[in-house]
Amino acid sequence: MAGIVSFGAYIPMYRLARVEIARAWEGGARDGEKAVANWDEDSLTMGVEAAVDCLGGMERELVDGLYFASTTPSYREKQSASIMASGVDLRTDIATADFTNSLRGGASAFKAALDAINAGSAKKMLVVASDSRLPAPASEFESAFGDGAAALLLGDSGVIATVEGSYGLTSDFLDVWRREKDSYSRTWEDRFVLTYGYQELTEKAIKGLLKKYNLKPSDFSKIAVYGPDSRSHAALVQSVGFDPKTQAQNPLLDKVGNTGAALSMMILVAALEQAKPGDRILWASYGDGADAFILKVQDGIQKVSQKRAIKHHLESKVMLPSYEKYLRFRNLLEWEPERRPSQEGSLNIIWRESANLLRGRGQKCLTCGHTQFPVQRICMWCQTRDNFEWVRLSDKKGTIFTFSMDERANVPVLPNVLAAVDLENDTRYFSQVTDRDPAKIEVGMQVELTFRKINEAGGMNNYSWKIRPVR
Amino acid sequence: MESIKDKVAIIGMGCSKFGERWEADADDLIIEATDEALKDAGVEIKDIQAIWVGTMGRVTGATVSAPLQTQYIPVTHVENACATGAEIIRAAAYAVAAKAYDVVLAIGFEKMKDVGYGGLHPMMTAEKWHPVRDAGGTSVGRYALAATRYFARYGLSREEGKRMLARISVKSHFNGARNPKAFLRRKITVEQAMNAPIIAWPLGLYDCCGVADGSSAAILCRTEDAKKFRDDYITIKGFGISCGPGWGKNKADYDFTHWEETERAAMQAYEQAGIKDPRKELDMVELHDCFSIAEAIAIESLHLSPKGHVKEDIEAGLFTQEGKLPVNLGGGLKSFGHPIGASGAREVYEIYKEIQGKAEEPSRQKPNIRLGLAHSQGGHPGRFMCGVTIVGTP
Repeated sequence: MAGIVSFGAYIPMYRLARVEIARAWEGGARDGEKAVANWDEDSLTMGVEAAVDCLGGMERELVDGLYFASTTPSYREKQSASIMASGVDLRTDIATADFTNSLRGGASAFKAALDAINAGSAKKMLVVASDSRLPAPASEFESAFGDGAAALLLGDSGVIATVEGSYGLTSDFLDVWRREKDSYSRTWEDRFVLTYGYQELTEKAIKGLLKKYNLKPSDFSKIAVYGPDSRSHAALVQSVGFDPKTQAQNPLLDKVGNTGAALSMMILVAALEQAKPGDRILWASYGDGADAFILKVQDGIQKVSQKRAIKHHLESKVMLPSYEKYLRFRNLLEWEPERRPSQEGSLNIIWRESANLLRGRGQKCLTCGHTQFPVQRICMWCQTRDNFEWVRLSDKKGTIFTFSMDERANVPVLPNVLAAVDLENDTRYFSQVTDRDPAKIEVGMQVELTFRKINEAGGMNNYSWKIRPVR
Repeated sequence: MESIKDKVAIIGMGCSKFGERWEADADDLIIEATDEALKDAGVEIKDIQAIWVGTMGRVTGATVSAPLQTQYIPVTHVENACATGAEIIRAAAYAVAAKAYDVVLAIGFEKMKDVGYGGLHPMMTAEKWHPVRDAGGTSVGRYALAATRYFARYGLSREEGKRMLARISVKSHFNGARNPKAFLRRKITVEQAMNAPIIAWPLGLYDCCGVADGSSAAILCRTEDAKKFRDDYITIKGFGISCGPGWGKNKADYDFTHWEETERAAMQAYEQAGIKDPRKELDMVELHDCFSIAEAIAIESLHLSPKGHVKEDIEAGLFTQEGKLPVNLGGGLKSFGHPIGASGAREVYEIYKEIQGKAEEPSRQKPNIRLGLAHSQGGHPGRFMCGVTIVGTP
């Protein structure tokens, strides 16, 4: 029976305390913190992180498709899943699709991937949900929204959680929206929207599922369900007959925030991290209606390799020192950049070098065995011409050989840390260091590679692999 | 292969005032250095048979023929980043040595300060359009990699490393302060240098050279003709140019603390000049100190100090004016300023004047200078093009 084969998640390193937002706007203090994507992160880069976490050491060649869900895709016109497939270094003869515009996109993508496997058109499908919604400064959403991503690998063998059933409904209910040129999410009076949107529709889907399969809440060990805020989440759990204390999976709203299209899948991943064989999980997702699924955890869950997923990523964090830094990360503050020549971009170069830049591959010389980066015609070690095979570098760890911290570079957040890094396979990789505390950078520091946005030169989102201290 | 040693003479040189020359455009700078060189050699522009011009960017021969109003003679643009100034003298020298011409002009200049910001102006290279490779990269950010590595390799604490570099900058400013044509003419202290704002860790403000406008020029002929122009001409003893394979930053055996291009260029030049022990034989060295760490490592790669031991020589005062081997007596790029295309020829100008006993400010004149080395280096650690020019008394 088809189901989940592996899971992964990503939470950006930076967190903003809600009390800091309250300080900035002189508002009432709220508890907790929200996860904030670094300035070089977006839904696509976070999605790559979650996908890589999910796949771990698995053969990436076995993946037959990638479905990506987000309300904040990288481009308005141009698929994100295809770029992500390169970042994750998947085959090219696979299916890719974006499920955009809906908070429920993750569940829709999951359902579509499951149907593909059950129909026999694919054996393994990767489903990624990621969001980095921009709340209007000083709005209710500013405290509520957080950034994050989750990924599930679905398949028909090696299943760790089977899908025993599903029930869904659609609705034209307009609760949160953005039009073509809206920068920020809009909404209506919250009590109306929550009552007739989230509460009514999610409840209907969950009760519909229980009725369809003749199950009751006590047949489940956990309910992993989306919630726009902690209070509404608790009320919903209660209204469908589950015990908020013992059965509800923590909805991450306190420590991460509402990660939009990614949230329900992140909550599910958190549930899977703690699950035991035999557990039955009710997973429900809301947005433009609702979807509910029955998942039965299998013995294989005990063999899942170590994941950073939710638990590790939650603990690996750095508090942003100020609300102003958050504004700078989200490019919400006008400031005078360093006076420097403008940066250029070239689609031709990205196209020619995509194996390097997006797939994060180096070339291994078949004559001398050294691996080099960036791409060359003649081996920089033995000078043999055109005798290489590709090797993936993006999954290698390394140590800092040397670094500098430039206070005058043309980058959004200074200093620009440059480092030459020795990867595990003796490849020297040179790039910018992100997610770093300048005071802690040192020669010999353990680092890894991370897929990031380099800049928007040429009016394009230019992505490649940067260096970061191991999280 | 024949050595160039003593085959070509420099019979006239000129150097503009370096600095933020807001009032001067490229034409003014070209005219300023050329006029001085012509006057110094006692020739007129119509006596010049060919010109090599060195500057960054896409310029043509007309960049020089127009302001100087030369009449249909060959003018060739030569460019090799910060090694450009070495290239123009080399090209001009080989042309007269080959007897293609008798009297030629080499002119290097750079108009840096018309762009509205500090730092280098954009280079029209293919890499400029690379969306990733150049992202956020600056010269200082790249040279700072070498400083970090130097400290780590030789076990210098941050304080010790910064102090070593500070001493270099203090010396450069001390020398430059007494040089009328220098850009930054202010003495500084070790404490000032160490506590200056960081530009790219570990390099601070006083570890970085001044971005300046400027020009320098040389007039060359074959040595056998030199006496016709003057008695105190100098001769070329050796040239070295080395371009590395360029992927140091991406090659696991590249160490950042030793510059092979400098070493190879120096070996070429030492061999031609017949120099066996440069530390003992050279009387002065003008080297490419775009950043203080560049001077430290260049001294070692030129074989003037043993690897990892430049610190002791700095502390012993070997490279000061009073020391046995003054380095950057003119103030260096640090204090004199660094207009890219002009710097290499400006270094030769310093040696030329010292050999002649004509340093503009008498307190800067070091007695008995007979043999000097000029080193200029383009690119950045891992991807250098380096030029070494040795000149001396005939």
